This record gives sequence, structure tokens and C-alpha cells, in this order.
Amino acid sequence: MEKKKKGNVFSHFLYSQKTAPYVFVLPFLLSFAIFWIYPMISTVIMSFQNVKPAGAEWVGFDNYAKLLKDSVFHQAVGNSVLYMVLTLVLLIPFPMLWAVLIDSNLVKAKGVWKAILYIPALTSVVISGTLFRLMFSEYKTGFMNQVLEFFGQSPIKWLKMYPTAYFALLLLCCWRWTGVNMLYFLSGLKNIDPALYESADIDGASAWQKFRYVTIPLLKPTIIYVLTISVYAGLAMFLESFMLWAGNSSPKNIGLTIVGYLYKRGIEKNQMGYASAVGLVLLVVALAINMVQLVATGTFKKEEK
Amino acid sequence: MAKTLTVSKRRNTIGGTKHTVLSILATVFFLGLSLIIAFPLFAGLLASFRPGRELIRKGLSIDLDFSTMTLDNYIYLFGGNGGKQDSSKYFMWFKNSLLLTLITVVGTLLICYFVAYGLSMYDFKLKNLLFFLVIATMMVPFEILMLPLYQEIINLKLIDTTWGVILPGLCAAGTIFFFRQYMQGLPKELLDAGRIDGANEYRICVQIMMPITKPAFASMAILCAMGAWNNLLWPMLVYRSSNKFTLPIGLNTLLTPYGNNYDVLIAGSMFSILPVLVVFLIFQKYLIDGMTAGAVKG
Repeated sequence: MEKKKKGNVFSHFLYSQKTAPYVFVLPFLLSFAIFWIYPMISTVIMSFQNVKPAGAEWVGFDNYAKLLKDSVFHQAVGNSVLYMVLTLVLLIPFPMLWAVLIDSNLVKAKGVWKAILYIPALTSVVISGTLFRLMFSEYKTGFMNQVLEFFGQSPIKWLKMYPTAYFALLLLCCWRWTGVNMLYFLSGLKNIDPALYESADIDGASAWQKFRYVTIPLLKPTIIYVLTISVYAGLAMFLESFMLWAGNSSPKNIGLTIVGYLYKRGIEKNQMGYASAVGLVLLVVALAINMVQLVATGTFKKEEK
Repeated sequence: MAKTLTVSKRRNTIGGTKHTVLSILATVFFLGLSLIIAFPLFAGLLASFRPGRELIRKGLSIDLDFSTMTLDNYIYLFGGNGGKQDSSKYFMWFKNSLLLTLITVVGTLLICYFVAYGLSMYDFKLKNLLFFLVIATMMVPFEILMLPLYQEIINLKLIDTTWGVILPGLCAAGTIFFFRQYMQGLPKELLDAGRIDGANEYRICVQIMMPITKPAFASMAILCAMGAWNNLLWPMLVYRSSNKFTLPIGLNTLLTPYGNNYDVLIAGSMFSILPVLVVFLIFQKYLIDGMTAGAVKG
């Protein structure tokens, strides 16, 4: 009798309109606490420690001081930032242009091109990395060397030198993401009111003027979105390089990225403290770049209005 | 759509031939771009029919020499030994990938739907704060949390288990965000109608609201399935025994320092694209809706 009454109170509480939302969001609260806040705090703590199997020892800012003098880390940061900047240059204007072309009535069989350009994004990085490694192999029979031979050049070791290795890495990146970014821009273009182009036509605007004064301003939210995710993806790039060089080591570290270095120190050498410091530097750099970008593009101003 | 059509019609009457020439040029441009984009996969497909020795000699190339082509690589993948000694684990990895994808999709979608439902259908004190936290988790790349999470999974004794792979990603912020956006547009009067009929909050959520959220489920299912199928980094850290590996991890282990099994790797890679490709071609529209939802509203 007593038990049943208690159960009723409980179920009344559980089923009430006031409690229900909390029950619904409970999984998020749990996951946020266990798999986000906890690791976040523990990585901040570890970055001030020397973590050994026997236990952790506080070392203050030693890990960060060491990072300042670590030339391999500087190289990794340089590589990641360069890669990020180049992907922004390659993966924003061009996919945007392709999207504008596809959206115009000039191109026939649009659906086919859209699908084909998207297909590389369906492949896992293991597959795309392997295909590109084979294409850029240093042997005479490698595809890119055959192309060189066709133009009368002698074969080169693509993945062992800076400019050519970056060429391979960026080509891989463009191959995988051009179609994806194009789809983002296409969905942005669909949201532009066609009446705006009609009135621009009546005013006698040229194709370039329409692009410059109608398309670009109205695509701004999409551009900012693509910019934001590209900054993150570029700075946090790891697997592309991991697969292209078949492992986390490349000659003279030309393919080493910040996350690659974090992986090397944390997973391969088990230096959790030092690796945590690497990760936090990455976080600060990523957040800082995005803040600058969001302020520069005026995203915050819009919200104030 | 209709309006752009009238624009082009007008253009046709003004400069018909100019338009036709431009149209041909633009279409040829995309044909060329598509050929370049398709090349690595097409060359990979051809390579998957070549014996290992031939593959290393020729690399990736368009070489339609049918006399050296063979199905041996594929036969080997699915357990036939094709002249090699040990039998392949490929089929096992394929099964593991399917299972992991299935569990991830069902789990992620249900949980994210419930969370988004709570965030969009009710007004309660912590609502805005919680939504802000959802956004905040999206601002931190997974790679930064990878190490402490890895250690946590070891401490929780979840290493080398499917739970260890799935649990940290179950509450996917992007998926919650998408469901919330979708449900903001649904009429809340349906909830009151359900309440009047005597349904409790949870029945309303499952029996009334879930069916009308179907399009959002479809979009997120495709997106989530593709992510799970191709995911490498986190499963690679968590899984240790090779009979638990998924396809990307397994294929990656074929590259050993002691000679690469490129023939099996390429054939296995090509075959592993097949299911994703089929799903993509059938459900393209849902995938694009899900993917681009964040890009428009900014």
C-alpha cells in the first residue's frame, strides 16, 4: 500500500509537464558532463603535469615553456596553418564559382555533375589517402610521374619535398571537399530571392555586377559557415597526412600537423601532459582565428541589432 | 525556380546563340571536372582487378589490358584463398562496420531527437543555457578531446569495446542542432491536443511528434551512417583486437612496414565504397538537406 502510493508520487512527478523537458535533455547533460567537461578539465590539468604511469607530478608551465622551444612543434604549427590558409584559398572561391555556374541555367545535366563531385566525400580517408599515395608514388610508373614524363620531365619524389608534397596534400583535400562545399553554396544560392536578379536585370546589371552586388552579399551567411568549418578542419587536419605517408611520420616532418604531433606525443610516446599542452595551444589558436574572423565579417554586429 | 526560367527565356530571345555557346562551354567544363574527379576512383577500380605484382609495376593508371585482369583479389577478400596462405578477415570487418553503423545511427538519432525535443517543445529555466552548451561543444574540435577521452575510456574499462567507440559520440551536437531547427517549425498545438486526449508527455513525443519528424530522421540517418561507416580516428584508438576492427581500421592495417598488400587493400577499398554509394544515390536529397541545414541559416 505504502509502496504503491510512493510509486504514484514518483510517476506523477515523472510525467508532469514541468519535469518532462529535464528528462528529455538528461542524456545531453550526462554526455556533456562525462564526455566533454570531464576530459576538458582533465586535459587542462594534465597540461600542467608530467604524467607518468606511477602518477602525475605538477610541473607548472614547464610543458608550455618546452613547446616554445620545440622546433618540431613550430614546424607542425607552420604546416597546419599553411595548410589551413591554402585550403581556404582553394576551397571557398572555386566551389562558390562552380555553384553559381550550376545554379545558372547554362549547365546541362546538373544532377549528374553534382553527384559525381560529391562522390569523393563518400570515401573514407583510408581509401582516398591510399589512392593518392599510389598516384604520387616516386616510381617511374606512378601516375603523376607518367604525366611528367608525358611532358618530357623526369620523375620526382613527390612526397619527399615541400612544394610537391603540399601539392599532393592539397589536391587530396580539394578532391574530397570541392563537391561538399559546392553543395553548401548551392543551398545558399537557392535561398536568394530570384526577384532580386530580375530587378537587377531591369536595371541593366551585367552578370558580374549581379554576382558582386546580389549573390556575394546574400551568400554571406553561407560563406561564413564554410569559412568557420574550414578553419577548424584545416587546423585540425591529421588523417589525410597520416594516410598519405602511410603512418604518422614523413621525411623531415613535412607532413606533420599539430594534431599529428599531439598523436605522436600522446599516443605513440605516452606523454599525456606534453600532448595536452599541444592540444590546448591548438584550441586557443582555433578559437582566436574564428573570433577574429567572426568579428571581421560582422557576425556579432548582426546579432546586436 | 520558375522565375529563373523566365530570365533565361528572355536571354534566349535576346542572344540565343551566345547563350547556347556559353551553355555548351559550361557543360563541357563540368564534364571535364567530373572526369578529373572520377579518375582516382576509376583507376582504383581498374587496379583492384590486377594481381599485386602488376599493381606495383603499373601503379594507378588507365590501362585497359584485360589479359592481366583477374577476380582473384575479390575472391581472396571473401574468404577464398586465391593463392595466398592466410584467409582474409575482410568479411568480418565488413560485418563489424555494418553493425557499428547500425547501432550508432539508431542510438544517436533516438537520443538526439529526445534532447532536441526537450529543447524545442518546452519552455524551462535552463533551456537557453543548454542550447548554448550544445553550440559550445561544436566549437571544440574532437581532436583536442581525443587524448583525455582515450584515457577516460581506458579508466572506465571500455577500451576495445563497442560501447567505448559509441558512447562519447552518442549526443552529437550537430544532430541535436538539426533536429531542433526542424522542430522549431512544427506546431506546438499538437502537444496540447495530445494532452487533452490524455496522452502523457512521453507518448506525445514518441507517438505524435516522432512520425511528423520523419524527414529530419531520414536526413540525419544518412549523414550519421556515412560518418560512422567511414570513421577511422576514434575507433582506431579504442579497438585493439583485429577481430573487432571496422573496415577503415582493418584496411589501414593491411599497410604493414613489411610489404604492403596493395592488391587486397585496393580491392577491399573499392568494395567498401559500394554500400555508401548505393545509399547515396538513392537518398541523395535527404543527405543534402541534412548537410546544408546549418549553412543557410548561419
